This record gives sequence, C-alpha cells and structure tokens, in this order.
Amino acid sequence: MMANQPPPRPRPGSASATAVFEAGISDHNCVVKVGGSWQLAAPVPSWNRLFEKRAGFSVEVVPDHLEIWDTSLLLFLVRGRAWCTAAKRTFTTKALPENLQTLLGQVPENGLQTAETSGARMNVAGRIDAWARSLAGKARNNISFLGECVIGFGQALRRPGSLRWMDCLVEMQHCWATSLPIVSLVSFLVGVILAFQAAVQLQQFGAAIFVADLVGLSVVREMGPMMSAVIVAGGTGAGFAAQLGNMKVGEEIDALETLGISSVNFLALPRLLAVTLMMPVLASYANVLGVLGGMFISATMLDIPGSAYWIETQESVAPMDVAGGLIKSLFFGSLIGLTGCLRGMKCDRSAAGVGTATSSAVVTGILLIVASDAVFALIFNVLGI
Amino acid sequence: MCSVFSTSMNNRSSAPVIEVENLTCGYRDKVILQEVTFAVQSREILFVIGASGCGKSTLLRCLIGLLKPLQGEVAYSGRNFTGADITQRREILKTFGVIYQSNALWSSMTVAENIALPLEEHTSLSRTDRNEIVALKLGEVGLAGSEELYPSELSGGMRKRAALARALALDPDIVFFDEPSEGLDPITSREMDRLILQVRDTLGTTMVIVSHQLSSIFRLADRVIMLDQSVKGIIADGDPTELASHSPNPHVRNFLSRDERPAGLTNRSAARNAEAASR
Repeated sequence: MMANQPPPRPRPGSASATAVFEAGISDHNCVVKVGGSWQLAAPVPSWNRLFEKRAGFSVEVVPDHLEIWDTSLLLFLVRGRAWCTAAKRTFTTKALPENLQTLLGQVPENGLQTAETSGARMNVAGRIDAWARSLAGKARNNISFLGECVIGFGQALRRPGSLRWMDCLVEMQHCWATSLPIVSLVSFLVGVILAFQAAVQLQQFGAAIFVADLVGLSVVREMGPMMSAVIVAGGTGAGFAAQLGNMKVGEEIDALETLGISSVNFLALPRLLAVTLMMPVLASYANVLGVLGGMFISATMLDIPGSAYWIETQESVAPMDVAGGLIKSLFFGSLIGLTGCLRGMKCDRSAAGVGTATSSAVVTGILLIVASDAVFALIFNVLGI
Repeated sequence: MCSVFSTSMNNRSSAPVIEVENLTCGYRDKVILQEVTFAVQSREILFVIGASGCGKSTLLRCLIGLLKPLQGEVAYSGRNFTGADITQRREILKTFGVIYQSNALWSSMTVAENIALPLEEHTSLSRTDRNEIVALKLGEVGLAGSEELYPSELSGGMRKRAALARALALDPDIVFFDEPSEGLDPITSREMDRLILQVRDTLGTTMVIVSHQLSSIFRLADRVIMLDQSVKGIIADGDPTELASHSPNPHVRNFLSRDERPAGLTNRSAARNAEAASR
C-alpha cells in the first residue's frame, strides 16, 4: 500500500536550518534557486529583497542542492506565488519535488487567509453586540433557572416525598463537615479582632465593659452570618458548581433530562435546600464562637471576668438581633445554593467552562451576599429591628 | 526541530524510525506486555490491534513516554528514548505528534491557538509566520477558516482534524493515532482515512495507529501487529489481508474476519431470497 511517491525521509538529529535562495534575474524571467536545509527552527526567508528589485518578470523556482525541507519552504513558496498572482506574473515550480507541489496545490493561489487577514475577527461594534447578546442570554438563563427552582420547590411542597431527602441530608452533612473548621477559626478570630480594636478605644474612657456590647451586636447581627456565608460560598458553593459542571461536561445532566427526570428537581433542589437549612446552623455556631473570642480578649487583656462579659452580652443583644441575623443567613444560604447550582448547570462543556463556572459561583455568591446584606440593613433600619 | 524531507537520495537509509526492543510494561507489579520487540519503517502505516485489555493503550503510552517501561528500550531514528536525559528527550519528543482518543484539544484556546502553541514553544518564528503556518496546517486537514473557533464549537470529525493539525504543527516524522475513527460516522471515518493517507503520501509521515476499525485497517494498514492478553505480547505481525486469510492462529483470522455476523445467524435479505426461491 506504500505510495510510489518521491522518497522523503525523516532525517535523524536536529540539523541547523541553512535555507538559501538566490535569484538570477533577466529582463523577463527570474530563476530562483532554493537550496540548503529549510526548517521551521529558523525564520522563513523573505521575498521582499527580490520583489523590491524587479517587478517585471515571471518567476521559476528550481531546486539547487536542496537537502531537507519542511513547512518553512512551503510557506516561502506560498508567499511568492501569492505575490506573483496579485502582480499577474507567472510562478512555476515544476522542477521541485512532486510532494511539495502537491502540498502547494492544496493552498489557494492568492495566499493564505489567516484570522487576521480575513477580517474574521469582529470590530468593536460587533464585539459590543456579541457581548450584549451573551449578557441577555445569560439573564434569560438565570431567570429560567430561578423559575424552574420555584416550580420544583412548589412541587416538593405539594408532594414532599418527591424530593430526594437522602441527597439533601448527604449535602447537609458535607456542607457542615467542610465548613466547620474554617468557620470555627474565622469566627473566633473575628471576635478576637473586634474585641481587641474596641478595647484599645474604650479603655481610654473607662468603658471597657462595653466591649461585650460591641462584639455581641456586631457578631450576632453582621459578622457571624456574613463570615459563615462567605466561607460556605467559597467551599460548598464552589463545590456545587464544579460537581454539576463536570456532570454537564460528562453528559450526565443530559442523561437525566432524556430519562424525563428534571435535572433541577434531581440535582439542584436537594443542594439548594441543604445549604439553605445549614446556613442558620453555621451562623449560630459562628455567633457563639465570635462571642467567645471577645470574651477571651476581655478576660486576658481587660481583666473582665467571663460571667460579667456574658451578662453584659445578654443585656445588649436582644432576641430580635439574633433572629434578624439568622433570617439573613437563611437568605444567604439560598443565594449560595442558587448561584452554585446555576453556574454548574449552565457551564460550558469544557474543562475551562468548569473552571469559569466555579470561580463565577464564588464571586457571584459573595457579591450577592454583601449586596443583600446592605439591603437587609436598610430594611431592618426601617422596621426598627 | 525535526525535519521531514530530504530530497537527497544519498541520505536514504533503511534504518527503522521506531525500534522497540524487549519492552516490558505495566503498572506497578502487574505486567501487561512482556518483552515485546518490533520496528517501524519510515513512511509505514502500522496498526496496533487486539482485544480490549490486551495492552494496546499501555504500549502506546510507553512509546510516547507517558509510561515508564519496566524493562526494555524504545528508540527513535536510532536515538534511545527510554534512557534519554531531559534535553535529548525534549528533542526526541519534537519528532513525533500524538492524537489522543479524546482529541485532547485545549478547551480554553481557539483552534489556531491550539496549533500555534507548539510553534511558539519550539520555534523562533514571527507571529505572522506562525499564523500562516496555522492556516497552512488547517488547510492541509480541510479545516481552513476555523481558526477562531473553540474546540467546543467543533463537530467530532472537525475535532479529530484539528487534533491532527496540532500534531502536524512541528512537521513530525511520526504521528501516533489513538482510535482515529472513534465516534465518527462511516463517511467521516472514510474521510479521516483519506486524510491519513494524504498526510503520509505528501508529508512522508510514519503513522502508528491503535484501532479496532476493520475497514480502516484494510484501507490504510501497510502492516498490523496484534497483541494478546494471554501471551502478553505480539501474536501476529504482517499484512492485514495476508493475516486475515493465512494466519496460522485462528484467533487472528477471526479478529480480522470481515464477516461481522455472529456464527449461525444469516443475512436477512439472503434468508428472504432463499425463502422466495423455495416457493
């Protein structure tokens, strides 16, 4: 089956490129001799030197001690032929190896159209248009996903047995287990930092005991729910996006849909519910650790006994403060679940798509948490909570 | 940089481009292939065939350096690959291209960027030169104008072609091809076979192909080697047509048999004809 072609043969070793060409120019004809070793390791020689000198000739390329060659020589010939075609000159390569001529024959005579020369790249207006369209598409996707979740949740409320509770419990356990160590450390340290900063100022006025008020209110109303939500967004939210994104790439989500199983009900709702229910638990835990951090600094730096600190905290922190924080954390949890599942289920079918979906889930999650926290602050202020 | 052609007849030699000697490979203590020896000649299209689990992929991974052999040697154009130091290894790696079963195109890059990356890393070509070489390579595989597309925007056949263009970017002496027809329809598969032949005939590339596709084997193969799990090595080596009819090993003849109906079942149309004739 081996074809009876001219005998090209790979040459062992890495010979250095010694491409040479010289032109014998007469009035009407130019004979270009190509010789030496033509290899991609070196820049492709330019025709400019030749074309600038004389334009009124036909070009014939002949081999002259041509040793080895690769795409480098082919590109050289393609460029020369394109110039000749544009200048209405004849370009002959009949004396060159047959397989080189075959390769040359596969390229259009007017030269190569790269992405840059063909104008395939969009201009600024085109890019803005494409960007706006993609933004509109994403907005549509987000709204439709939210709608599917609401419908799925409605169905689950009507028929609680239809929800995959086992998956939900597994996700809750996973969320708790992965977040607990980091939430413990971060919350305790937040309490420590707040107490330390407050102590330096309040000590000057002999009001050190009010460290308990400041730490208690800050942690319970803001820092506890917010810090635990940020940690869960970075861990569990990113995990949802990566897991569902990989399932999308592996066509697992398509397999569910073709079996008539709603991927939102099967995959997104248990996760969404799990993280929404776990967030208040984690936020409560973060509150306790934050207060303990403040207590630790008060006891060691300000000589305030733990019991006094605890009584002051109880007096300053009302049950509505705690409830407000927990309501916020419930909302943060649903935002984390929604962004994680949405980004994962709508991700591109590629490794890069999964990466983008994961980072986007975290960034969007944190952004929404902070933005909604500001809205809650406004609402609580109006309601006097 | 490897070089693909020599027009000087004096440089011709019959030395094989790939030499595998007493190659034993496997994973940890599990030996998959034991003391395998074969050689591949320049411009040859060699198919590696065998039942699932016989070690085809293991052999391929050993040949391309992704799996360290337990014993034995692989040499490219007389240069030892298994015992090569980092510099020699990098030089040898430039002399072959690999097309993976899943194509392994980098999904975050466009087709043009996929093909340009080896050129950027291993040559000092200008951006213009690189872009034109990318266009040339895409033209060679019939994908002209697809520079700006991402792999996820390509069909299965187009991805295979793009992977071939990337493998050919540095004009390698050898191309390793893992299941070129995997997931392709018969027409696209035939088109891929035509492309493989065209690349061999015009660029003079040696091809080592792992495949089960009988039609491709009979269309393309100069030679096949068949691996077998029980002997942990080669049980047949030769021309596929010859082996299909005259191999002393019935398993080889059965494997290469073009009658794909299980024994005992008859062709439906033949059965209908026979029934009509009997009436």
